[in-house]
Amino acid sequence: MCLGGAFVPTNSRRLRSKPTALEKESTGIPGFDEITRGGVPKGRPTLICGSAGAGKTLFAMEFLVRGATQFNEPGVFISFEESDEELATNVASLNFDLHELVAEKKLVLDYVFIERSEIEETGEYDLEGLFLRLDHAITSIGAKRIVLDTLEALFSALPNEAIIRAELRRLFRWLKEKGLTVVITCERGNGTLTRYGLEEYVADCVILLDHRVHNQISTRRMRIVKYRGTSHGTNEYPFFIDEKGFSVLPITSLSLRHKAPTERVSSGIQRLDTMLSGEGFYRGSSILLSGTAGTGKSTLAAHFVEAACARGERALFFAFEESQDQIIRNMRSIGIDLERFVKKGLLKFHNSRPSEFGLELHLAMIHKAITEFKPNVVVVDPITNFLAVADSGETKSMLTRLIDFLKLHEITAMFSSLTSAQSEIEDSQVGVSSLMDAWLLVKNIESNGERNRGLYILKARGIAHSNQVREFVLTDHGIELIDAYIGSEGVLMGTARSSQLARERAAELDRQLATAHKERELRRRQDLYEAQLLALKGQYETEREAILRDLEEEKKRLEGIAAQRREIARLRKADNSGNNEIKIQENGAKKARKGIVR
Amino acid sequence: MKGTPRKPSRRSTNGHSPQENDGEANRWNLRLYVAGQTPRSLTAFKNLKDICEEYLKGKYHIEVIDLMENPTLARGDQILAIPTLVRKLPQPIRKIIGDLSNTERVLVGLDIQPR
Repeated sequence: MCLGGAFVPTNSRRLRSKPTALEKESTGIPGFDEITRGGVPKGRPTLICGSAGAGKTLFAMEFLVRGATQFNEPGVFISFEESDEELATNVASLNFDLHELVAEKKLVLDYVFIERSEIEETGEYDLEGLFLRLDHAITSIGAKRIVLDTLEALFSALPNEAIIRAELRRLFRWLKEKGLTVVITCERGNGTLTRYGLEEYVADCVILLDHRVHNQISTRRMRIVKYRGTSHGTNEYPFFIDEKGFSVLPITSLSLRHKAPTERVSSGIQRLDTMLSGEGFYRGSSILLSGTAGTGKSTLAAHFVEAACARGERALFFAFEESQDQIIRNMRSIGIDLERFVKKGLLKFHNSRPSEFGLELHLAMIHKAITEFKPNVVVVDPITNFLAVADSGETKSMLTRLIDFLKLHEITAMFSSLTSAQSEIEDSQVGVSSLMDAWLLVKNIESNGERNRGLYILKARGIAHSNQVREFVLTDHGIELIDAYIGSEGVLMGTARSSQLARERAAELDRQLATAHKERELRRRQDLYEAQLLALKGQYETEREAILRDLEEEKKRLEGIAAQRREIARLRKADNSGNNEIKIQENGAKKARKGIVR
Repeated sequence: MKGTPRKPSRRSTNGHSPQENDGEANRWNLRLYVAGQTPRSLTAFKNLKDICEEYLKGKYHIEVIDLMENPTLARGDQILAIPTLVRKLPQPIRKIIGDLSNTERVLVGLDIQPR
């Protein structure tokens, strides 16, 4: 076999034409498997180094506990520093019940303790005792994973370093032969990864845990120094240890490949929606609310959240200035009841002080909370408080990552930003305005001895938005947007606006009165003339009657005369010549009648 | 019972027969941990025997424990190195690692005043 292998290497290479990729063992630690693309190398040792308190033991323990509970892989924990009981107590706060796992034969705890003062060295020895102990522990439960917690304790326990080094080499070879996935923890040395150079034995995967204090705020970070045979994330990743254990946050991915939904979501203020072409913001957009202190940024955000919850969506409110109770109380005073949504489980608050932990950890916490709660809407109030923890460059980079993450999940986010009174009002302080899709600016406008709030939409990508300044009034039923007075007197707000409006109303009233008066005058004249017309007509009628009567009488009289003449003529036996005269007289009467009628 | 043990598994040996001077014999209670019959184990046992015979004659009791056969016993005395000699009595417990080839060091380790 040896000969064949030595003489026909091409053959064997052809047989292995498709080399299998490095097999990885999932740790089950959230985030860690993602940055290592699968976990620690299977069947090989992994070195976890870091200074005191960096979380090495916890990482190792979680690797075993998760292995036993999630992957059904029993594990052995060889501790050189803490007793079984101490270990169990330490991790009990993380809800790991070691005693139960031991009883179920899923875990073996072995405390290797050496008191240097008790030991005298006489002649040659090896560490077969340790090997036998390991072997026994491994075979007793069929372990697949093993942790050697601070193996370098051997160096301080035993005097002969040469023997230890030789034995360690043998130990790692032996563990590899057994196919065990090993995690070794190591104290960080001065300028080196490990104090005793253990990394030279463990060449497969080296992970560095770090605990850095910046501005009195400590942040835990993790970096993969080396991972042979695989690609891995090379950045420093923040991690934290909470009641659920270790969490690594692979949130450095920056991409612009998110979808752009066309659906719109209401801002919660009808008038603001109208300013945004009637429908509000795009879903998944990032909205910046900037303004000086007391301009109502949080209230705008509360409206937004209320509207989302009323639609049945889930909202997550990250508050860095106020407690949950305080926000609920304050918003109730302006008629926004957020408590009912909290009770329904639609709204969740996350309150913390920015100085509580570092920026990365904040991002990590936000990331985690969002992943757990799966909200549709997120509010971060305010982002400017992060400047207390980090400089604006770091804050911007953190927010960029946060926005990318939110967009990827189509979460509509509202960020409030406090502008200091001295600085340029359109300065968003953190310099994130270019990252935002919409930017509302709330501004205090001081004039005539009072401050009034004005609201502008500085930008709203993809929305034909109003360019008008609106006056922003807080009432007991929330925010009202009112048209600012824009007229010959300039832009007026507050009492100036109302007094100007009152003046205008008075003038208007005057004008209305004058018009009404003129109208009445007109009607009066009309009535007058109509009455006169009626009277004249009556008079004419009377006169006409009289004339007609006269004419009739005249006619009758003429007829009477004619009849009389004819009678006389008949009596006188006159000839016909006398008739002509009478006819002429009759014609004259007809003509006269016609004339009057016309 | 003297000489090199063929199968050193929890076998005990002392200078006298067990029935006489029990209290005296147990004044020095020594335990030697080995892992199989390696030359180093055998050397250690021989060296220990020689020292005991010379300095602790009649006052000692040696127990040899083979961890190959009883690996669980390694835990009790916190054994890492092989061979390890544990002085159980007199108190306090002392440990001597190595093949016990350096008699001087063994005497210091066991806290025996050389005559």
